[in-house]
Amino acid sequence: MSLELIIIAIVVAAASGWPGLCLGRASVWSERIAAAMMSAAAVVGLAGVVAGICSDARESSGFPWPAAGNSAIGVDALSAFFLVPVFVIGALGAIYGLGYWPQRLHPGSGRKLRLFWGTLVAAMAVLVVARHAMAFLLGWEMMALSAFFLVGTEDEREECRRAAWLYLVATHVGTLALFALFAAWRHATGSYALQPVASDALGLAQMNTLFLLALVAFGLKAGVMPLHFWLPGAHANAPTHVSAILSGVVLKMGVYGLLRFLSLFPDPPAAWGGMILTLGMISCLLGVAFAIGQHDLKRLLAYHSVENIGIILIGLGLAMLGRSAERPEWIVLGLAGCLLHVWNHGLFKSLLFLAAGSVVHATHTREIDHLGGLSEAMPWTATMFLVGAVAICGLPPLNGFVSELLVYLGLLGTLATHGGSGSAAAVAAPVLAMAGALALACFVKVYGAVFLGSARTEACERAREAPATMKGPMLFLALCCALIGTVPVVVGPLLDRVVATWMSSGYRAHPELSSLVPLRAVTALSLSFVALVVVIALMLERRGRAPSRSVTWDCGYAAPTSRMQYSASSFAQMIVRMFRGIVRPRIHDPAIEGVFPLRGEMHSHIDDAVLDRLLLPAGRAVREWFGMLRGFQQGLAQHYVLYILITVLVMLSMQIPIARVVTRMFER
Amino acid sequence: MTSLFNGLLVIVLVMNLFALGTSRIHALIRIVASQGVLLGIILLLVHRHLTIPAFAVAMAGIAIKGFLIPAIMLRALRQAEIKREIEPLISPLASIMLGAIATAFAILFSGQLPLVDQNDGALLVPTAIATVLVGFIILTTRFKALTQVVGYLVLENGIFVFGMLLIEAMPLVVEMGVLLDLFVGVFVISIIVNHINRAFSSLDTRRLLLLKE
Repeated sequence: MSLELIIIAIVVAAASGWPGLCLGRASVWSERIAAAMMSAAAVVGLAGVVAGICSDARESSGFPWPAAGNSAIGVDALSAFFLVPVFVIGALGAIYGLGYWPQRLHPGSGRKLRLFWGTLVAAMAVLVVARHAMAFLLGWEMMALSAFFLVGTEDEREECRRAAWLYLVATHVGTLALFALFAAWRHATGSYALQPVASDALGLAQMNTLFLLALVAFGLKAGVMPLHFWLPGAHANAPTHVSAILSGVVLKMGVYGLLRFLSLFPDPPAAWGGMILTLGMISCLLGVAFAIGQHDLKRLLAYHSVENIGIILIGLGLAMLGRSAERPEWIVLGLAGCLLHVWNHGLFKSLLFLAAGSVVHATHTREIDHLGGLSEAMPWTATMFLVGAVAICGLPPLNGFVSELLVYLGLLGTLATHGGSGSAAAVAAPVLAMAGALALACFVKVYGAVFLGSARTEACERAREAPATMKGPMLFLALCCALIGTVPVVVGPLLDRVVATWMSSGYRAHPELSSLVPLRAVTALSLSFVALVVVIALMLERRGRAPSRSVTWDCGYAAPTSRMQYSASSFAQMIVRMFRGIVRPRIHDPAIEGVFPLRGEMHSHIDDAVLDRLLLPAGRAVREWFGMLRGFQQGLAQHYVLYILITVLVMLSMQIPIARVVTRMFER
Repeated sequence: MTSLFNGLLVIVLVMNLFALGTSRIHALIRIVASQGVLLGIILLLVHRHLTIPAFAVAMAGIAIKGFLIPAIMLRALRQAEIKREIEPLISPLASIMLGAIATAFAILFSGQLPLVDQNDGALLVPTAIATVLVGFIILTTRFKALTQVVGYLVLENGIFVFGMLLIEAMPLVVEMGVLLDLFVGVFVISIIVNHINRAFSSLDTRRLLLLKE
C-alpha cells in the first residue's frame, strides 16, 4: 500500500514540469499546475510514508526490468524517514517558487526550472526506495543531472555556469566512485542487491575498500570538508529555493547513502567510526570558520551546511563506534542525533535560505554589507530568519537544540566507560560546543548586518515584504522547527523505529530513546526558557527605556552616510583573525599617501581552502603540461592520417627482427 | 597459376607507383579505376570453385569501382573545373621514391609473417600492405578533396587484396557491405566537393581549417 502511494507520488512529481512545457511561455498556469502537482505528490507521498512507518512491514516490490535486477524497490523506516524532507521541501519549494521565480518575470528559465525541480524530487525519492544498485544509480544520476540544470538556471551569468560545471565535475567524480563501489560490492557479495551481508562473508581488506569508496562517493555529495569544494558556489548561484533543496535535501542523500551502506555491513572496524567522527569534527569546525568570513549571504549559509553535515557525521561516527564497541546506548544516541539533525537541518536551513531568498528578491543583492535595516521593511522575513538562526545555533526552544543535545549526551556518555575508545570520542563534544558558539557569532553578524541598523543602500530602503506564496512555506518550516523543538516527544518513537531498522542486522535489544534522554524535560526546559525571555522582555518594557537612535561615532566627520555603520566584515574580523592560519583572509588595502589621500578602495575575501588553493592550481598545472601537446592537434585531416600511418609502420616494424635480417644480408 | 597471379599483382603494384607519380587528377582517377577492375578479375581467378554469389560480388566490385565511382568523380571534377594537383606536399618523383620504399618495406615485412603454405610464394600479402601504405601516402601528401578520395580508394583496394587471403572465410555479406560503404562514401564526398569548391573557391582541404573552433 505505502509503496504504491510513493510510486504514484514519484510519477506525479516527475511529471509536474511537463504541462508547463506544453503551455506557452506567457502562460501563468504552467507554474500553478506544477506547484499543485508537487503539492499533490507531497501529500500522496507523505501518506505513503506514514502508512509505511505505521504498518512496520518492510514492503518491497520491483518492476520487470532485468537490466536493473528487476529494479527492486522497498520502503523501510530508514527510507521513509528520508522521504519526508524530500517531499516536504519539494512541495514547499515549488510553492515558494511561485512568488520567487514567477514565469512572468523569468519567461526564459521558469519552465526549465520547474521541469528539473520535479525530476530532482522524483529522483531523490527513487534513490531512497531503491534496493538494487542499478535502481540506486538511476536515481543518483537523475538527481545529479537535475541538480546540475537547476544550479545552471541563470546560465546567462558566467559565474553561474562556472558553479554548475564545477558541480557537475564533482558529482560525476562521486558517481565514478559509486560505480567502483557497486562493482566491488558485486565482486565481494556476488550480487547487486543491497542486502545485508553475513558477518564472515567479507574480508577486512574488502570491507575497508568498500567503506573508503562509499566515503568518497557519498562524502562528495554530502559536502564533507575536504570534498565540499563544489558546494558554496552551487548554493550561492542557484535560485534560492533550489539552494534550499540542495542544502536541505540533496546533501542528505549523501548521508542517506552512507547510512544505508553502513547498515549492510556487520561488525565494522572501530577505525570507521573514528574516521567518520574526525571528518565530522573537521567539517563542523572549518565549515563555521569559513562561514564567518563570507560576505555573500548565500555562500555563508552554504558553509553552514558543511558545518551541519559535520554535526550529522559526528552523530553517525558515534553510532559506528558504538557498533564496534557493542554499546547500544551510543548507537541509539548517536544515530538518533544524526537522524534528527538530518531533518532539523533540512527544516531550518531551508527556512534560512527561503528567508535569504526573499531578501535577495527584494533587494537584488547577496552582499551582506550592502543590506541593512530590513527588519522594518520586511518584518515577516526578519522574524522567519531569526527563527532559523536560533534553530541553527542550537539554542532552545527550537529543534537544533534537541538534535545537538542527543549528540552531546551520546558523546559525554562515552566518558562513563573505562578506557578504550570511549574517552577519545568525547573530544568531539568541545569541538561541537565551539562550532555552536561560532555559529552563534556568525548569525549575530548576519542578522545584525542584514536586518538591524539602517539601510545601507537605496535598494534596501525600497525593499518590500515578500508575497504570500513565499511567506507560507517559511511559516510552515518555522512551525515545524518550533514543534520539534518544544515537543520532541513526537519524534521519539519514529527515531526509535529507524534506529531499530538501521541496526537490525545482528542487534538484539536496544534501549529506547526516551529511556536515555528526558525528552519531556526538554519540553519543560524550552518552555521555561521562552517564559524567561518573555519575562525579561516585559521587565525591560516596564522600565520604559525606548531605544535611542544616533549615528555611529565617526571621528568627527561632518557628513556621515548610512554606509558608515558597523559592518558585518568588521564584526567578523576578530574571529576570522583567530582562524587566519586556516581561513587565510586576503585583504587588499589601499595605499594611503600624503596628507590628503586620493580616493581609495579596500576589499577582502576568503578563498576556499580546497578549491582555490588546491584544485585550481593543480588544474592549471595539468593544463600547462597538456598544452605542450597542442602542436599535434592542428585540425588538418592529413596530419591525423599521418599519425595513423606512423603508428602502423612502427607497430609493423616491431615485427621485423632487424638484427637477423641484417646478418642474413651480409652472410653471402 | 601462381605466376599469372603474381604477374597481375605486379601490375597492381606498378599502378600504385603510377598513381603516385601523376599530378593530373583525371589520370589518377583512371588509374585507380583500372586497378579496381584488375582486382575484380583477380578475385575471379582466386576462387577455385566459382559460385554464383562470388561471381556476382566480383562483377559488382568491377562495376562499382571500375565504372560507377570513376564516373561520379569525373563528373565532380568537371564541375569543379580543376585539372591538376598543383601543390602537393612533396614532388611526384619523391612520392614515387616513397612508394618504392613502402613496397620494399611491405615485401620485407611480409617475409616475416607466419603464412599458410598455400600463400607463401604469392605476392598477395606484400601487394596488400604496399597498396595500403601507398593509399596512406596519397592521403597525407595531397590536399585536394578529390585526391583525398582517391587515397581512400587506394587504401580500400589494399584491404580488398588482403581480403582475398580470407576468400574462403569471409562472408559475401561483408564484401557487399564494404562495397556499399565505399560507394556511399564517394557519392557523398563528390557532392561535398562541389560545396567546398563553392564556399572556399578552392578544393584545398587545408582551407577547411577555417572551420576549426
